[in-house]
Amino acid sequence: MSTTILEERKSQIHRAGAGPIDLACNRESLAGAVSQRACVFCGSRVVLYPIADALHLVHGPIGCAAYTWDIRGALSSGPELHRLSFSTDLRERDVIFGGERKLAAALEELVQRHRPKAAFVYSTCIVGLIGDDLKAVCRAAAARTGIPVIAVQSEGFKGNKRAGYLAACKAMFELVGTGDTAGIDPASVNIFGDFNLAGETWIIRDYLRRMGVEVVANVTGDGRVDDIRRCHGAALNLVQCSGATLELARMMQEKYGTSYLRVSYVGIEDMADSLYRTAEFFQNSDPGILVRTQALVRSELVKILPELSRLRRDLEGRKAAVYVGGAFKAFSLIKAFRHLGMQVAIVGSQTGTPEDYEELAAISDPGTIIVDDANPLELSEFIKEKGVDIFVGGIKERPIAYKLGIGFCDHNHERKIAMEGFVGMLNFGLEVHRSVTSPVWRFMPRRAADSADRSKEVEAC
Amino acid sequence: MLTKPHAYVSTTNACKLCRPLGAALAFKGIEGAVAFLHGSQGCATYMRRYIISHFREPVDIASSSLGEKEAVYGGGPNLKKGILNVMKKYRPAVVGVATTCLTETIGDDADRLVREFKAEFADLDLPEVVSVSTPAFGGSHMEGFHAAIRAVTEQVVTEPEPTTAVNLFPGFVSPEDLRHLKEICEDFKLAVTILPDYSDTLDGPTLEDYREIPEGGTPLPAIRRMAGAPASIEFGRTLRPERSAGGLLQTRHGVRLFSLGLPIGLRETDALFTALEEITGRPTPRRHALERGRLLDAYVDGHKYLSGKRAVIYGEEDLVAGLTAFLSEIGVKPVLAASGGSSGRLSHSIASVCGSIPGEAPEVLEDVDFHDIVEHARGLAPDLVIGNSKGYRVLARELGIPLIRVGFPVHDRFGAQRLRHLGYRGALALFDAVVNAVLEKSQDDSAVGYGYL
Repeated sequence: MSTTILEERKSQIHRAGAGPIDLACNRESLAGAVSQRACVFCGSRVVLYPIADALHLVHGPIGCAAYTWDIRGALSSGPELHRLSFSTDLRERDVIFGGERKLAAALEELVQRHRPKAAFVYSTCIVGLIGDDLKAVCRAAAARTGIPVIAVQSEGFKGNKRAGYLAACKAMFELVGTGDTAGIDPASVNIFGDFNLAGETWIIRDYLRRMGVEVVANVTGDGRVDDIRRCHGAALNLVQCSGATLELARMMQEKYGTSYLRVSYVGIEDMADSLYRTAEFFQNSDPGILVRTQALVRSELVKILPELSRLRRDLEGRKAAVYVGGAFKAFSLIKAFRHLGMQVAIVGSQTGTPEDYEELAAISDPGTIIVDDANPLELSEFIKEKGVDIFVGGIKERPIAYKLGIGFCDHNHERKIAMEGFVGMLNFGLEVHRSVTSPVWRFMPRRAADSADRSKEVEAC
Repeated sequence: MLTKPHAYVSTTNACKLCRPLGAALAFKGIEGAVAFLHGSQGCATYMRRYIISHFREPVDIASSSLGEKEAVYGGGPNLKKGILNVMKKYRPAVVGVATTCLTETIGDDADRLVREFKAEFADLDLPEVVSVSTPAFGGSHMEGFHAAIRAVTEQVVTEPEPTTAVNLFPGFVSPEDLRHLKEICEDFKLAVTILPDYSDTLDGPTLEDYREIPEGGTPLPAIRRMAGAPASIEFGRTLRPERSAGGLLQTRHGVRLFSLGLPIGLRETDALFTALEEITGRPTPRRHALERGRLLDAYVDGHKYLSGKRAVIYGEEDLVAGLTAFLSEIGVKPVLAASGGSSGRLSHSIASVCGSIPGEAPEVLEDVDFHDIVEHARGLAPDLVIGNSKGYRVLARELGIPLIRVGFPVHDRFGAQRLRHLGYRGALALFDAVVNAVLEKSQDDSAVGYGYL
């Protein structure tokens, strides 16, 4: 008899309504459990990746660079240096004799070839072990090349993905405060934790522009080094995907006194609420901003609500499972699904915090399974138990859903469809609808048996 | 002709993957096996994502999930605990342990740790645990793949027990190719043990229930009997017998080894059928003779569309050698054959497969990245590119010429697991794809919009 949920994993699973939640999270993944998480390096790489005019050099063996080559859909409106995969491709002799010289030479070569605005040098597992002095090599390279060369302390084994976010924030913080802030409007923000997947940052920038708010830097999506250097001149940081960039916002608050708001651009309420709170922040200096924001929200909602209610007619009563990287997105998705008449029966994340899970438990329907750092077998068990119709996650979760004969919506970094903003809510609804209402499910053995059972029950009544 | 590329220090857009990925893929082809990477959690997750995007199948790879403490004190306890957890959850028949950079660098001896594990938990009903050393700071995923298969034969094969089944070590080919190889052997009425065989595990049907480990794969008892086989067939011109499973069975158990190139195109496939005729004493079955005939017929029908076209080929070394053999015999001039692999045998293999066809052999680049490949390709005025999907944006799109997607990974098209490359049937599929790519390009580029081509 197999054990789908290992004893040591039980404290990371909770059912909403079954007493107070006390989820053991932010732990290292359990050996042999087949976690869906990646590593510290991954955390850093995903946050810094969209800075499009920087050189991103992975100091390590080839795999780390190869598996992260152009994997995110973070679009750039200009340079696309971030879409190339640079590595020192360390070999056995480098491991034995050290990789510092190779790194220095690689930096020299690549900076000359691409003339980037800055370079990020990522540490990987073995660099942490062979003792290369990354910082010293970066300092020397910066002096030689005249551009900022920043070491990212992202050794894969030194914690989980969250540690990688922190390393990325520290790296970006080295740039902040080195640029000229002249001419920045008092009503100005930086966009943190949005990755411009499928051009989503551009949607948000458009909303802010219509509200009369200047964006100084969209740090983590369509990002530019020079923008980040002067982003301390902005009045407010809008922080989405809290795990990834909250630390940077905190560091900026401490050093520059920049306030921050935690926002989400996913779903109707959270999107509108984020814009309203931004407007409120600036209403003393710009009394007209609230009215403009209301008008904006109204005009956007008018465009999508009729279509959403049409989608809802087909989706009412269906169930969803949500398993995402950061818990913050899960809150918004639960609310977004309610607009489609759907209930989230399973919700989890790779890197949620205790506060995240408390909030999830508070907004979830009773009986909802809440899980931290899940794995394929657990997820498949939960899906079967809850009888969900669609799974929202990333590519690693897709085959779990499809093998069980249920729909799937990619809400991860590879997505090609914008799912943020009001238009993103509609896109999300359309995507869910496309998958859930496909005729293919009726031919899937597991679902076919389900529908046969259901029709028998109906007959029995 | 081997050209030494410009000696760049940095790597840009690698044309290879790392060793443990190859090992994990190989373990996926053993019945009841779970691949287990001894290292940090990220390696397993990254590779799973990479492999899933190609095969569109569940790919569970366990990890010992080492943290900072284990990196200092050794990963042994996590490895053992991890295997126990995999046993509880998956009830595997085999656990294939592959090391990573991290554990190789801290000096974990996986073989010893596995021996300790077996002794410590001898009272449990243990799966077969195979271990292979796959440090990523050297070689490519293909070295990892072959090392895992060799480790399996080394550690699992017991004393020779005579069997009629021939061993077939296909290398890294598509699930569809594996199914075709089985079919060929069946038609020769030849029992065969294909290792690895992920034709079902990485291209499985939809079932009533979720399988912890998908059905299929080379059965363990069949692997145990490999030493008693009448012969082994092993594909891969760049594969050294001293590093291969076929080589091991030959030297250790005296199993006769047929070392062949990947059977891509007419001549390399003829070599396979000749070997099968020799092993079975039977002539090529009629349906395959007919397929050969249809292939030749297609070669004639399509020859003028291709004559003189220039192609750049890249990917794993053995695939590149096979594709070069194929292209050179259909009148496409291979101008550049490149690989991130560094076996040192690619240029010799290319020379051998091109030898009988008049014309200049292609430039061969070993141990290169896409930066080198693009730099060389620009000056060669190629008409088409053939390789995995990683050359799409940086090479084919950049030069404005079609890419014919083959091998692994194919992350930007559908049906990668069902791509055909091998045998007469595979050659025909490739031939159709190449001709149609050329036709589509000329049709799209033409102002006329010809309806007959």
